[in-house]
Amino acid sequence: MGRYIRSRLITAIPVFFGITLLVFLMVNLAPGTITDLMGEGAANEADRAALEASLGLDQPLPLRYAGWLAGLFQGDLGQSYFYNRPVSRLIVQRVGPSLLLTGSGVALAVAAALPLGVLAAWKPRSVWDRLASFLSLLSFGVPGFVLCLGGIALFAVTLGWLPTHGMYAAGTFTSLGDLLRHLVLPAGVVCLSSLGELVKQTRSACLESLGQDYILTARAKGLTDGAVMVRHAFRGSLVPVLTTILSHIPHILGGSVVVEQIFGWPGMGSLLFSAISQRDYPLVMGVTVVVALGVLLTNLLLDLVYGLADPRVRYGKE
Amino acid sequence: MTPFRSNPRSPWARFCRNRRAVVCLFLLCLELLLVFLLPPLMGLEPNVSDLEAGFWAPPSPAHWLGTDDVGRDLLARLLCGGQVSLLIGLSAAAISAALGVPLGLLAGYRRGAWEFWLMRLADIVQSFPSIILVLCLVALVGPSALNIVLVLGLLGWTGIARLVYGNTLTVRDQEYVVAARALGASRGFLLRRNVLPNVVAPVWCSIPLRAGRAILSESSLSFLGVGIRTPQASWGSLIQAAADLTVLTSRPWAWIPPSLCIIFTVLCLAVIGDGLRDALDPRSRRLPD
Repeated sequence: MGRYIRSRLITAIPVFFGITLLVFLMVNLAPGTITDLMGEGAANEADRAALEASLGLDQPLPLRYAGWLAGLFQGDLGQSYFYNRPVSRLIVQRVGPSLLLTGSGVALAVAAALPLGVLAAWKPRSVWDRLASFLSLLSFGVPGFVLCLGGIALFAVTLGWLPTHGMYAAGTFTSLGDLLRHLVLPAGVVCLSSLGELVKQTRSACLESLGQDYILTARAKGLTDGAVMVRHAFRGSLVPVLTTILSHIPHILGGSVVVEQIFGWPGMGSLLFSAISQRDYPLVMGVTVVVALGVLLTNLLLDLVYGLADPRVRYGKE
Repeated sequence: MTPFRSNPRSPWARFCRNRRAVVCLFLLCLELLLVFLLPPLMGLEPNVSDLEAGFWAPPSPAHWLGTDDVGRDLLARLLCGGQVSLLIGLSAAAISAALGVPLGLLAGYRRGAWEFWLMRLADIVQSFPSIILVLCLVALVGPSALNIVLVLGLLGWTGIARLVYGNTLTVRDQEYVVAARALGASRGFLLRRNVLPNVVAPVWCSIPLRAGRAILSESSLSFLGVGIRTPQASWGSLIQAAADLTVLTSRPWAWIPPSLCIIFTVLCLAVIGDGLRDALDPRSRRLPD
């Protein structure tokens, strides 16, 4: 087990540096610097140079990367150009709403997908199976923003049941009901767009484990179909299903950029989007790096949990 | 890994037996033809304002889908936007495959440092939600159709490379490869003639899916205003008009047709991909699908 953990950690180290380097280079090698924007109008060469020096942009790239990385380790992601506040504080404010949105969306999707996937595998070509394949086509083929627009047009504007925008009606938290009303549409979109893949994977993992010998054994013991399905086939397929859920996290986070932007949800996605349009480079770097490292950490934890939960994984990889 | 030999029917013949996939392939080809041939045949001008019809004119015989906020014919913009969206999707998928196949082969066959660094590179790229990376890169290099194709294509190689890599690992130690190596086949010959044909099958199925994903990414970018910009149109940028609540509810002809086009195209590509998978890998037939 120790060797397994060590080997996973060792492969994670170059990925960590790769992620930070990629984000750094992407932003710093892009044409045009902040001085083009901030110094617009009154800028002469001397002012520009002074501005660059005050932002530390006159230093060579490797030195700036080292400085940024050192800050990252201390939780200091620099100062946002636009808000003139520490990037880390801006991100911390936005993490909660983002987690709330993606968390509730994914929880809904899991709650709906697992039973549906099991039913679809249990009774192929039934209504459930058809519903499952319809949902997986729906969530693959319909872009998230079209789902958002459809939801807004139907539930918010035509029926007037739900708000179109934001997280709270009054600008701040007033009641849980208000928050939930604002949450329904965006979380519904997040749920629908990850539902299909989950249903599909649950179904095929269940079908896969239905073909195993231990299912035959369970049947031979005289267990009912339902018990075989839920306690044996479904349990046997939990690991691949869990993998799908967690490997989907980057997709879900990415999709929530669009959802947050459309619904004006004050999360990391809309923060990133406005940072990009304002060319607020420290903020862009901060958000991207936090998201990517979050994904890396999730994958790492996942690997370790597998190693603990399923001995076959551990021996297979060494 | 040579499942086709034992089966007398060619993969293409098996694909043709899948009626859904053939219909989708036909519809997709039809769509390509319509999108590229209709504008010149009907004399449609996507960038000319019809001042007589006015702004936001509803559908009429002169403008089948009405006009947009500056009086341009929406059918013309839908078709020309389709050209852009389809070309971006297909060429991004082609670039991803052209990059992913050799890199996956290299990592799987040479192993060692190649394997380690190429797969770590794939890990790095895959740690980012793809839309976030695409959004940043396109915003930084500037939004143009070419840049979007390049960014989507260059970032899309990881999935394909992983597929090829995994298959190469199993194929590289098979007896026929060892035999060819013992006969003195050069590495290039071996990879081309013995390994490649046995590892590309899953790539063929993933190309349509990648094209579909690329079309979705492009339309999301354009919808957010970071992708294709006016006067050029794409399906995503046409839907952008619906960000305005009046357009959303009272002028559905402006945004529903491009949405349906995206959904239709992506679903066709998905069904074609599934059809190719079943045709190229007879073993997957065992699962009721």
